[in-house]
Amino acid sequence: MSAKRSRRLSWLVSLVVCAHLTTAAAAADKVSIGYLHAVEKGRLTISVLDQPPNNLGLAGAEVGINDNNTTGRFMGQEFSLDNVKLSPDENIVPALDKLYGQGVRFFVLDVSADNVLKAADHFKSRDVVIFNAGAKDNRLRNEDCRSNVIHTAPSRAILADGLAQYLIWKKWRNWFLVFGSNPADRSWADSLRRAATRYGAKIVSEKEYVDTGGARQTDSGHAQVQKQMPVFSQDAEDHDVVVVADESEVFGTYLPYRTWLPRPVTGSAGLQAVSWHPAFEGWGAAQIQNRFAKHAGRRMNGIDMQAWTAIRMVGEAATRTKSADPAKIDAYIKDPAFSIAAFKGQKITLRGWNLQLRQPVLLADGRNVVSVSPQAGFLHQFSELDTLGYDKPESSCKLEK
Amino acid sequence: MKKTALALLAATCMTCLVSLPAAAFTAYVSNEKGNSISVIDTDTKEVVKTIKTGNRPRGITMSHDGKFIYVCVSDDDTIEVIDAKTHQIVGTLPSGPDPELFVLSPDGKRLYVANEDDNLVTVINLEDNSVVNEIPVGVEPEGMGVSPDGKFVVNTSETTNMAHFIDTDSFEITHNVLVDSRPRFAEFKSDGSEVWVSSEIGGTVSVIDNASREIKHKISFAIQGVVTEAIQPVGVRITRDGKKAFVSLGPSNRVAMINAETYEVEKYILVGQRVWQLAFTPDEKYVISTNGNSNDVTFIEVASGKAVKSVAVGQLPWGVVVSPN
Repeated sequence: MSAKRSRRLSWLVSLVVCAHLTTAAAAADKVSIGYLHAVEKGRLTISVLDQPPNNLGLAGAEVGINDNNTTGRFMGQEFSLDNVKLSPDENIVPALDKLYGQGVRFFVLDVSADNVLKAADHFKSRDVVIFNAGAKDNRLRNEDCRSNVIHTAPSRAILADGLAQYLIWKKWRNWFLVFGSNPADRSWADSLRRAATRYGAKIVSEKEYVDTGGARQTDSGHAQVQKQMPVFSQDAEDHDVVVVADESEVFGTYLPYRTWLPRPVTGSAGLQAVSWHPAFEGWGAAQIQNRFAKHAGRRMNGIDMQAWTAIRMVGEAATRTKSADPAKIDAYIKDPAFSIAAFKGQKITLRGWNLQLRQPVLLADGRNVVSVSPQAGFLHQFSELDTLGYDKPESSCKLEK
Repeated sequence: MKKTALALLAATCMTCLVSLPAAAFTAYVSNEKGNSISVIDTDTKEVVKTIKTGNRPRGITMSHDGKFIYVCVSDDDTIEVIDAKTHQIVGTLPSGPDPELFVLSPDGKRLYVANEDDNLVTVINLEDNSVVNEIPVGVEPEGMGVSPDGKFVVNTSETTNMAHFIDTDSFEITHNVLVDSRPRFAEFKSDGSEVWVSSEIGGTVSVIDNASREIKHKISFAIQGVVTEAIQPVGVRITRDGKKAFVSLGPSNRVAMINAETYEVEKYILVGQRVWQLAFTPDEKYVISTNGNSNDVTFIEVASGKAVKSVAVGQLPWGVVVSPN
C-alpha cells in the first residue's frame, strides 16, 4: 500500500516538475492537422443513393483525430483538426497560408490534382507534411510527384490493376470498354487499358459515351434508358464483361441489366475497385465501422478511410517518436521500416519511389465486398501489393532529395 | 432416426469418456461463422459433439473447475455460459457490446472482458454476474492476460498499440507499454516474470519484463518463401515451466515454436490456413491450433513440435479451450 502511495506521489512530483520546467515543451505536444476539401455544390449522381454525404472524408478525419487522442491521452499528446471547405476551382493557397499562420504543419487534402501540386510547391522546403487523400491522378505518382506529398488515396492505376487481376482470375479476358467523354473518365479508361495490357486481357471493342448534358435520372427516364442502353451496346464484339469508365456519373450505372448481351458490368458500375466500402467488416474492420457510424451517423466510404489513414499516420509517428516536430514525424513516416495498421489484413507501407501508400483494393458490388486484390497467384519479388499501380521500374517519378 | 443415432453415439461416447484414462481431455473450439462449438476428444482427436451457440462465437474459456464454458458471442453482445456436462446454455453475462476476448482471474471469481467498441475493459463478478468496474483503455482493446497472482491484468489495444497494465485492486492503469502494430494477445509466464504480447500487423512478439514493465526482447519471424506481410502473430501460449512457447502466425499458416528462455524460434510448423488461437492440453502433451480459413484444428506435439493430426470442425474456428479434467 505504501509502495503504491509513494509511486503515486512520485508521479505527482514529476508532473509538477514537468509543468514547471517547460511550458513550451507542453505546447509542442499539440499536433494541429488541417483538413482541406473541395466540395462540389449540388453534385448530381444517377442514383440518389450515391449522393456524397456533406461530411465525406471529414468524418474519417474526425474519427482519426479521436483515435489519435485516445492514444494521446497515454502519451501526453493532443491532436486537433482544422477543417476548411473549398469550392472545386478555388485556389488553395490562401487557406493554406492562414492555417500555417495558426501553427498547422500537417495538411490532409481532398482536392484536385492541380491544387495538390499548388500546395506542394507553395510549401516547398518548409516544415510541412502534406497528404493527398483524394486525388487519384496517376501523374501525381509519376511525372508530377513531389517529395512533400504522401498519397493515401490509391491511384487510378492501382484500382484498375486490382480490378483487372480479379477479372483475369475469373477468366473474363475479353472486355468491352465503354468510357465517358470527360477528362476524368478518359483517365480512368487509360488506366483500365494499361491494366488490360499488364494482365493479358483483350479489349475487343471500345465505345465512347458522349456527355451531352441534360438531366440525370428523371421521372419517367427509365423508359428511355431501357431502350437506349441495349442499342448503345449492341455493336460490340462478343465479350465476357463490360468495363465502364464513367467517373463523372453520366451513364455508367445505367448499364447493368440493360446491355445488349447479358454480361456483368464492372468499372464505374457493378463491381467496382475501391479503397474502402461501407459494408466491409473483414480484418477487424467491424470495429472502425461501428465507431465511425456512431460518430458520423452513416457508414464509412473510401475517402473517409483515406483521410483516417493520413491522420493515423501522423498519430502513429507522433506516438513512436514521442514528438510533434513535423521534421521528425516526416522522417519517421518516410523511413522504409514504417508501417501502419488500417484494417486491410496486412501492414500498410509507403512506396519509397513515389510516396504512394501500398494497399490492397476492395472489389465491391454496392452491397458487399466480393473480393480483395492482389489476387492469389499474382506474384512479386518484394511485395505482392506492388503488382498494383506503378512499380518502381515503371514509375517516372524522381523525388527531390 | 438420425437424431436417435446421434444421441446413441453421444451416449456411447459419454460412457467411453468416463472409462478412458486420465490423459483424455475435452477441447472446445468456437466456430466464428458456424455459430457453434465443436467438442473434441483429445485422445481420439475426433469431434464428438457440436453445441449450437449465439451469433459469432469467438473468445472461449472455462471455469477452473471445468464445470462451465464461457464464450463471447460477439454479434449478440453477450457472453454465454454453457454447462460442460449437459452442453446446455445455462446463462449469459453482462459483457458490454461486441465482446471478443477475456481472461478469468486465477481465483475464478472475476472475468476481465475487452470491449472493442467502447474502448473499455469490463470487470465482471462471476458470483453475482454483476459489472464491478469499467476501465477506459486505448482504441480497440483486444488481448487480455492476467498475472499468475491475479494482481495485474494486461490489456492490449489494437489501434493505440499499447499493453495497458491494470491494477486489479484499484482498477487503475499503472503502465502503458508501447508495442508494435495491432497487439492481439497477452500471455504471462507462469512464474509472472514476463508477459508476451503479439503484434499482428507489426509481425513481432514483445517480451515485457513484468518487474520493470519494459520490453526486454522483441521476437521477429522469417519464413523462407513466405512474404513478411503474411506473418501475423496472434495466439501465444507458454509451457508451465517457462521453457517453450508457441505463437500462431495467421495467414502464414504456421505456428512458431520458440525457446522461451533464449527467445529463438526453433521451428515453424505448417498447420492450416489463417491460424488464430492456441491452447495446451492440461498435460501439455499437445498444443491445439485453430485454423480459421481451412475449417480445422491441428494437434501439435509439444515435445517434438510435429503436427500430428488436423481435425475438421465448424466454419471459421476461432478460439479453443481444453477442459482441466
